[in-house]
Amino acid sequence: MRPILMKGHERPLTFLKYNRDGDLLFSCAKDHTPTVWFADNGERLGTYRGHNGAVWSCDVSRDSTMLITGSADQTAKLWNVQTGTQLYTFNFDSPARSVDLAVGDKLVVITSDPFMDVTSAIHVKRIASDPSNQTGESVLILKGPQGRINRAVWGPLNRTIVSAGEDAVVRIWDSETGKLLKESDKETGHKKTITSLAKAADGSHFLTGSLDKSAKLWDTRTLTLIKTYVTERPVNAVAMSPLLDHVVLGGGQDASAVTTTDHRAGKFEAKFYDKTLTEEIGGVKGHFGPINALAFNPDGKSFSSGGEDGYVRLHHFDPDYFNIKI
Amino acid sequence: MADVLIMNETEATAARLGIDLSEVDYDSIRLPPGEDFGIISDDEEVYQDEQLELDSSFGNIVIVDNIPVVPREKFEKLEVVIRKIFCQVGVIKEDGIVMPVDPETQKTVGYCFIEYSTPQEAEVAAEKTNGYKLDKAHVFVVNLFTEFEKFMRVPNEWAPPENKPYTPGENLQKWLTDEKARDQFVIRAGTDTEVLWNDARQAKTELVFKHTYWTESFVQWSPLGTYLATVHRQGAVVWGGAATFNRLMRYAHPQVKLIDFSPGEKYLVTYSSHEPSNPRDAYMVVINIFDVRTGKVRRDFKGSADEFAIGGTGGVAGVSWPVFRWGGGNEDKYFAKLGKNMISVYETETFSLIDKKSLKVENVVDFCWSPTDPIIALFVPELGGGNQPARVSLVQIPNKEELRQKNLFSVSDCKMYWQSNGEYLAVKVDRYTKTKKSTYTGFELFRIKERDIPIEVLELDNKNDKIIAFAWEPKGHRFAVIHGDNPRPDVSFYSMRTANNTGRVSKLTTVKGKQANALFWSPAGRFIVLAGLKGFNGQLEFYNVDELESMATAEHFMATDVEWDPTGRYVATSVTSVHEMENGFNIWSFNGKLLYRILKDHFFQFLWRPRPPSFLTPEKEEEISKNLKKYSKKYELEDQDVSMLLSEQEREKRRMLKEEWDKWISDWKRSHEEEKLERQKLRDGEASDEEEEYQAREIEVEELLDVSEEVLSEF
Repeated sequence: MRPILMKGHERPLTFLKYNRDGDLLFSCAKDHTPTVWFADNGERLGTYRGHNGAVWSCDVSRDSTMLITGSADQTAKLWNVQTGTQLYTFNFDSPARSVDLAVGDKLVVITSDPFMDVTSAIHVKRIASDPSNQTGESVLILKGPQGRINRAVWGPLNRTIVSAGEDAVVRIWDSETGKLLKESDKETGHKKTITSLAKAADGSHFLTGSLDKSAKLWDTRTLTLIKTYVTERPVNAVAMSPLLDHVVLGGGQDASAVTTTDHRAGKFEAKFYDKTLTEEIGGVKGHFGPINALAFNPDGKSFSSGGEDGYVRLHHFDPDYFNIKI
Repeated sequence: MADVLIMNETEATAARLGIDLSEVDYDSIRLPPGEDFGIISDDEEVYQDEQLELDSSFGNIVIVDNIPVVPREKFEKLEVVIRKIFCQVGVIKEDGIVMPVDPETQKTVGYCFIEYSTPQEAEVAAEKTNGYKLDKAHVFVVNLFTEFEKFMRVPNEWAPPENKPYTPGENLQKWLTDEKARDQFVIRAGTDTEVLWNDARQAKTELVFKHTYWTESFVQWSPLGTYLATVHRQGAVVWGGAATFNRLMRYAHPQVKLIDFSPGEKYLVTYSSHEPSNPRDAYMVVINIFDVRTGKVRRDFKGSADEFAIGGTGGVAGVSWPVFRWGGGNEDKYFAKLGKNMISVYETETFSLIDKKSLKVENVVDFCWSPTDPIIALFVPELGGGNQPARVSLVQIPNKEELRQKNLFSVSDCKMYWQSNGEYLAVKVDRYTKTKKSTYTGFELFRIKERDIPIEVLELDNKNDKIIAFAWEPKGHRFAVIHGDNPRPDVSFYSMRTANNTGRVSKLTTVKGKQANALFWSPAGRFIVLAGLKGFNGQLEFYNVDELESMATAEHFMATDVEWDPTGRYVATSVTSVHEMENGFNIWSFNGKLLYRILKDHFFQFLWRPRPPSFLTPEKEEEISKNLKKYSKKYELEDQDVSMLLSEQEREKRRMLKEEWDKWISDWKRSHEEEKLERQKLRDGEASDEEEEYQAREIEVEELLDVSEEVLSEF
């Protein structure tokens, strides 16, 4: 499996997202320009210029016409995927961390960081079908969790919102009333900051990665802990194969504590685990720095990883991969 | 006012009765006990004070028996003598010496009472002066006055002591009888300390005992594995037991820093150093030697750190640990300490110096005991700018007879290595070259068990090679040396025997260019791990010295420690918390196969539980090794069973997981199906579920670009 190295960002990668068709790959980095690539050969299609800070995450509409990005410049922006023009800017009082479009693309959930005396919050905004009618009004604002909320995504049928962040607790909120419905158990849950959260293709379960060197699989409806994957490194990014029962964990030593002696010491590998047996299958090396972002192509035949080193590595699986037996 | 009133009343009554108050002896008036006739004594307080003093006053009196019987004239002289002896241990009260006199003979009766100012002093006096020899006929017998009653109660008739039925204690060596012949080890990670079985067959560990916050600094096994010692701020504690770990004994020693067991685990040496109040003064050092079983201090040493820091370097606060080195094998008979120009050798019967004096050796800087015999090897460096050669000598204890001596010239440094059976002693000698600018290394090999202790000189093929490590084969006749200056040094193996001459050393082989800087022989000999720790990032090579071939090379990335289990079957390599990442340990088979790997954050210690020497007779051992096939059969069968069982369990486990997972999947599918319509509604009626509408369709589009007609010319 020979990866395609995609060099387009000048700063560490933060997020990767495929569109539904799996032909486009959107990447976000700490430089200010989200980029879109051909998911097949890694050619750069274009960039979205306009942010004035690190871009933390993005989401693309089902019909691949609209992109939304959240940035440290305290805005979330809507873009026309094809032309790269800005459609609308949501303004916040603090950096926007995570964005996620609801089923139907009429709602979006955006989290904002704690900043100065502003506490972190989860905002739900309505997306107008005609961008000229778009307003910045919030449908709902959720507050409560301490520290940064690293990820908030929609639950089944947009009825719930799942959030996770620095306080290591996974929470499920009612997206109508804003009531806190469920909280993960302190005993069985994560012990340190949850860095990433990835939903299954059908939204029935999701995977969280944490700095406590583990990833956990949860049922979205009941918040039941199903599996725990233990690794040797803090987990920065997680992804689930839509095709096989595999999960991928990416991470590595903290950037500030990176060894100066040997690149092996950092273990900057994307680790594959069997989803049901929670056993390690293999690893994909290559990044020279922790892995910050992972995404599976919706067809399950390729995946890409983004690292602290500023590269996106696009991997098309060898035929052997589909016959792995353990 | 009240007093005055009472006095007036009393005076009035006295006048009425005609008594002259000035003639009344108030002190002679005694009231019946428990009755004060309503008169409040005005000297109540004084009385109480006296009472208090009286209460304690018996505790500070000692009775001294067997003092000379002297006539009255010599009383004073005797008292002076006695005072001289007894005031050494404490302050004697004024008029504190009372010598009763026989009214008939007007002579002393042969005993006296001495009153000290505190009971503590009296106790010390009773302990220290008991048995004091004034002269041949007068050996003092000193007892506390408070014990007097105890002696009075001794019945006149002797009754046979009651025989207490023997209650067996716990079998502290129960772990040796493990059915699967496994070994234990202790690990310390984070706040937890765990003792675990190494279940290599199942490639996992099995918990024996776990304790959070078990120690405040570190844990240590006793040399024979009977006890586990934990170190706390208040002292050390040993633990042991048949099935679990119970507290067996406590050894109070505040701020204890280091501990050391005697090889036979009879005694425990504890060490602490205390910061002086004046920073220019040396650190104060306290060393206690405890009896492990009774917990009593057998001897304590106190002094400044300088006294204990002669010779060796390193250790804590300048003291080279252990300060006291134990000799004479497992009997714990002798221990010794390096001093300035002397070696102080103590014996454990009385815990005093042998022959009441230290072994005088001018300028001695290092010594070490033979691991099995009471023989000390000591090293004296060159003196007077080379006029007096350096010297290594072997001294027998307790007669302090020099067995062998070797003079060495132009020596810069010297290190001594005993073979574990005490058969050989290797002395690594660094000598200056002629120019004195550099050094080269040679070995002096002593054959202790042979007549006259012959010495052989060994130089490496390239004598300028730096020696990186040296190690004897345990119980064997071979040794390994890592030498060389380049980044990949060579490893050489030598034998103290040659094929046809057992009295000559010979080289077996040299393996070149190894990434190794430490040697770890298997405790059973034959196998050795060449380890590249620190700079080499944890390279491991498992080498068979019998066949002179490498069995396996491996790596435990960043490994800091390597330890063989006491049987030589397994090797543990660990990464301790000196590194931030990778903390944990690996267990390898003797031939370098990785059995299992456990990661623990903040990993501090990994220690195999030592085993005592085999209880089998040499004949029995030989018989076993002869019929090894017969004995091993049983274990091989067991191994097979276990592996069958394991794969069976594994299959079962996987099946369960699969079933459980399938249940989840079907649940999700069902709910997904149920929500389908609603989802469609959310998407404005767009058929939503991927499978249905996500199809790659090939659409052929024909486009007519142009039509032109051309009439071809006819032929």
